[in-house]
Amino acid sequence: MNVTRGFAGRPRVRNDGLPPGQYDARDDWPVLSAEVTPELATSQWTFTVDGLVAEKRTWNWDEAHALPPSAYEGDIHCVTSWSKFGVRFAGVSLDTFLDLARPTAEATHAVAYSHTGYTTNLPLADLTGGRAWIVWEYGDRPLPAEHGGPARLIVPHLYFWKSAKWIAGIRLLDHDEPGFWEQNGYHHRGNPWEEQRYSGD
Amino acid sequence: MSSTTSMSSAASVASAPATRFAVPGRIAVSNRAAATWQCATLTEIRRETPHASTFRFAVPAWAGHLPGQHLMLRLRAEDGYVAQRHYSIASPPDDDGHVELTLDHVDGGEVSGWFHTVAKPGDEVELRGPLSGFFAWPGDRPALLIGAGSGVVPLMSMVRHHRARNLTVPLRLLVSARAPEELIYASEYGAETTPVFTRSAPEGVAVGRVAAAHVARLLADGPDSGWEAYVCGSNGFAEHASRLLVDAGQPVDRIRIERFG
Repeated sequence: MNVTRGFAGRPRVRNDGLPPGQYDARDDWPVLSAEVTPELATSQWTFTVDGLVAEKRTWNWDEAHALPPSAYEGDIHCVTSWSKFGVRFAGVSLDTFLDLARPTAEATHAVAYSHTGYTTNLPLADLTGGRAWIVWEYGDRPLPAEHGGPARLIVPHLYFWKSAKWIAGIRLLDHDEPGFWEQNGYHHRGNPWEEQRYSGD
Repeated sequence: MSSTTSMSSAASVASAPATRFAVPGRIAVSNRAAATWQCATLTEIRRETPHASTFRFAVPAWAGHLPGQHLMLRLRAEDGYVAQRHYSIASPPDDDGHVELTLDHVDGGEVSGWFHTVAKPGDEVELRGPLSGFFAWPGDRPALLIGAGSGVVPLMSMVRHHRARNLTVPLRLLVSARAPEELIYASEYGAETTPVFTRSAPEGVAVGRVAAAHVARLLADGPDSGWEAYVCGSNGFAEHASRLLVDAGQPVDRIRIERFG
């Protein structure tokens, strides 16, 4: 691509943590949901792991909080081109939930679904090995509703549309099925380091 | 594999849960168009308000779009640094080989800053799109559009489409601006539009934000089949307007929201 006449960009220092095409949102945390923010009380929230599992399991708020805690500290990247560094989310590792439900050998993919009806698909391998969490705290405070509170999924190594807000469950499948944004033209996996933004990238 | 008895035969044919809100996407998105960067030549700049201008581009290979869709635009600096942003498309589909964007001049914005202080006709940028079918409106169903500030941009593409094609499907626009001089596209609105002013208004017009009464009136005035609602604006505005719609009885699964930070 040609250089844009007269465009210098804002002053910048080299940042190895910034995937290609991203900028540092610093203190901003834009909200980018397509649906109406639900008024979901913690007493109404449940999280289910079902589909290709040995045992379908559902946890309510208190049951989920009784599991061993785990936190993520690091960076997040949104497909709309902002990244945010050094954030902290606290909750429970998704491994903990999956270990209790025991995925069967056929399970290769998952669809995460929300209490709003939002869906997004992921390879199971992207959800295991300490790479995904169900979180209810952001920076030691309850996760705000517009950012997915009372609880959301985070899969920080992928673009953030994979990190379903208002998470209701994970369904394990033996094949890949596109979710909401994937049906609307977005990439099936969404690796920020490979700029997998849209189908065909 | 586990031999647990709770493993039912139904589980082995598990499929994804259906998305419940406002889906499927209104159109199939072209993967190729979305993935291909194209050269666009700036042909015209029109001042809309003190803080917003419309930028018209010739894009000879543009595959077309539907009102409500957006595109991704990128600028490249001499050292290879690239800045890319999503922008809603302001122009209607029937504008062969051209697209228009209306951009606010954001304080310190590196891309909007370039557009507002450097760009002139003849400059070339790159863009890809159209993107996302979710907020698109093909002109098929009655549409209630609610926007604030530059959130009116994708909604104006819908109004222009409605007008250009002489569509008879009902369409209403509720648009909020701080003041009359900050109302984007002010000269183009017709009977379909209700402007709302939050800081200062023309004489005889009340000052205030979009309120339950506005929404109630539009819902009461709606077709028997109800409206598809399209809300676009800052997150604060989108939260406010979508909550008013829900409280007035608009079904959650017939509200589409486009927020910008």
